[in-house]
Amino acid sequence: MREITFAEALGEAISEEMGKNPTIFTYGEDVAKQGGIFGAYKSFSGKFSGRIFDTPISEEVIYGSALGAALVGMRPIAEFHFADFLFTGIQSITLQIEKIRYMTGGQGKLHLLLRGPDGISNSAAAQHSESIETIFMHTPGIKVIIPSTPYDIKGLIKTALREDDPVICFEHKMLYKTKGFVPEKEYLIPFGVADIKKEGNDVTVVTMSRMVHESLKAAEELEHEGISVEVIDLRTLVPWDKNQVIESVKKTGRLVVAHETWKRAGWGAEIASVVQEEAFDYLDAPVIRVGAKNVPMPFASTLQDFVTPNYKDVINAVKKVLR
Amino acid sequence: MVYSKDFLLNLYKTMVKIRNFELMAEKLFLEGELLGFIHLYIGEEAIATGVMANLRKDDFITSTHRGHGHMIAKGADVNRMMAELYGRTTGYCKGKGGSMHIADFSIGVLGANGVVGGGLPIAVGAGLGIKMKKADQVVVAFFGDGASNTGAFHESLNFASIYRLPLIFIVENNHYASTASTKETTAIENISDRAVSYGIPGVTIDGNDIIVVYEIAKEMIKRAREGGGPSLIEAKTYRIKGHFVGDPELYRDKKEVEEFWLKEPIKKFEKKLFELKMLNEVEKKKIWENNQKEIKEAAKFAKESPIPSNKEALTDLFVNDSGYDY
Ligand SMILES: Cc1ncc(C[n+]2csc(CCOP(=O)(O)OP(=O)(O)O)c2C)c(N)n1
Ligand SMILES: [Mg+2]
Repeated sequence: MREITFAEALGEAISEEMGKNPTIFTYGEDVAKQGGIFGAYKSFSGKFSGRIFDTPISEEVIYGSALGAALVGMRPIAEFHFADFLFTGIQSITLQIEKIRYMTGGQGKLHLLLRGPDGISNSAAAQHSESIETIFMHTPGIKVIIPSTPYDIKGLIKTALREDDPVICFEHKMLYKTKGFVPEKEYLIPFGVADIKKEGNDVTVVTMSRMVHESLKAAEELEHEGISVEVIDLRTLVPWDKNQVIESVKKTGRLVVAHETWKRAGWGAEIASVVQEEAFDYLDAPVIRVGAKNVPMPFASTLQDFVTPNYKDVINAVKKVLR
Repeated sequence: MVYSKDFLLNLYKTMVKIRNFELMAEKLFLEGELLGFIHLYIGEEAIATGVMANLRKDDFITSTHRGHGHMIAKGADVNRMMAELYGRTTGYCKGKGGSMHIADFSIGVLGANGVVGGGLPIAVGAGLGIKMKKADQVVVAFFGDGASNTGAFHESLNFASIYRLPLIFIVENNHYASTASTKETTAIENISDRAVSYGIPGVTIDGNDIIVVYEIAKEMIKRAREGGGPSLIEAKTYRIKGHFVGDPELYRDKKEVEEFWLKEPIKKFEKKLFELKMLNEVEKKKIWENNQKEIKEAAKFAKESPIPSNKEALTDLFVNDSGYDY
């Protein structure tokens, strides 16, 4: 099997689906000429004339127009430049996209995908480093996918582009250049099916995105100490694979939830609550959450490192639930 | 322009239908039959009617919180509208939207909107979609003077202009945004002047004159359909009733309201029809009575329709499933 980058896998997924489905078009700031802020569209820019274009800096319209285009039968892919900027156009998503189907008694299908980068990078500071996926889990009405590998992003994006409901995809900035095996043959990854990235028996770590890799690194170190960690990558947050998580907890009796977003009221709190509501009897220790400290992201790299969770935090959490 | 009697009487009938629907909604609300917020279109009927007379069924509109008139003029079924106001299963949204979210995608109404300015980006997207499809439909975005002060207005007009989208922006300037008078909240007198900033045509018209509305809309819709791009029409009108039914209206003088009752669009049009000898007292009475009967029946239909079961609250979020862990 060949190895390609996360960005290339994303590009392949979009390009393949655009080739098949003439209703797909894609737009956003800096996507056409530059190929996307992190180069995801580079591989196929120029290929679909008129169907990839740059827009003005008008977030409320970029997201809201995806809804309008979907309502007239197209399948837009709107790129958000940085997840942080979703806040500047948020009403188009949380008040319109998420609600219109429900409010109108189920009229129409919203074939649309919002996608773009999130998370930390090299000292991008407070307004360019956020992970805000929890907001879209909290507000009902959009499916949320957060791939961590080239294989996953290709399969999930292809599914998103055939999905009947609106989807938002968060791509961690530090993952775009990472490489992984991706088959040449077409495949799809269904929503709501977690992937066990590493099997283990002592502790379950539920995670997504960049923290999957931190958790795998933690698991590897812990293995040397004789601790066997199961790393579950949810891959999709709405819907999330409750069954696999609970099955794993039944086996290990211990759960850590690890994400890059703020610990306070991050999605890990939801997972922890559901597990204790539905599988309390199987838990041998309190569930522990790993997340960012509850401050905006500071600039200085030492401070960014201090605020952001990494594999060491996962190791500490695993040791804590084993105590 | 010479218009046929049929054509003009149809415009008149649509305006009467909107008026009667609104009067009934007001009455039902005051009687405690309806809940939520009802924003009446009384006094503004000429705008929706005159614009929609130029649209095809497969053209699209986005509407506002004050949207009953847009729905009716686009051809909506008043039974289902009334049922939605009642929150019944037979309503357009099965009782889940209410007055502010009424929509019928099948006739091109992409939704009323509870967010001031919220419909504008959606209209832009519909225009973008049409352009991508290379179809010849158009989109009309209705919004208020208040909405013209949102960021969405600026983003939408610029966006529509640079891609020459088949859009007509219609600002219904009814002198108020809730309790705030437009004079106090808007830096310029004519909102259509803002069109200059987007390099598109802008006109201010008497929104209470149905023929004027019809003619300008016709020109701008034709232009958009032929690839000429968007335009901004400011239709000056007046919100004769309160912002919502039950508004104590402490912010304006009763005299001002009385003055505008004299300029309201239906009377104005009637006068013209009488002059043209296309309408007389007997015919007029018949039109109103027939329509009042229709609206009464709609209210009866709505009231007698079933109340949704609780299960209904847990459907329609997603297509593929009913949502996750409600
Ligand atoms: C974003 C937003 N802000 C405030 C409101 C509350 N609100 C509802 S209608 C309205 C006034 C709108 O005025 P205008 O756009 O002129 O429309 P009109 O009511 O006059 O038809 C306000 C402030 C809202 N619904 N949405
Ligand atoms: Mg107003």
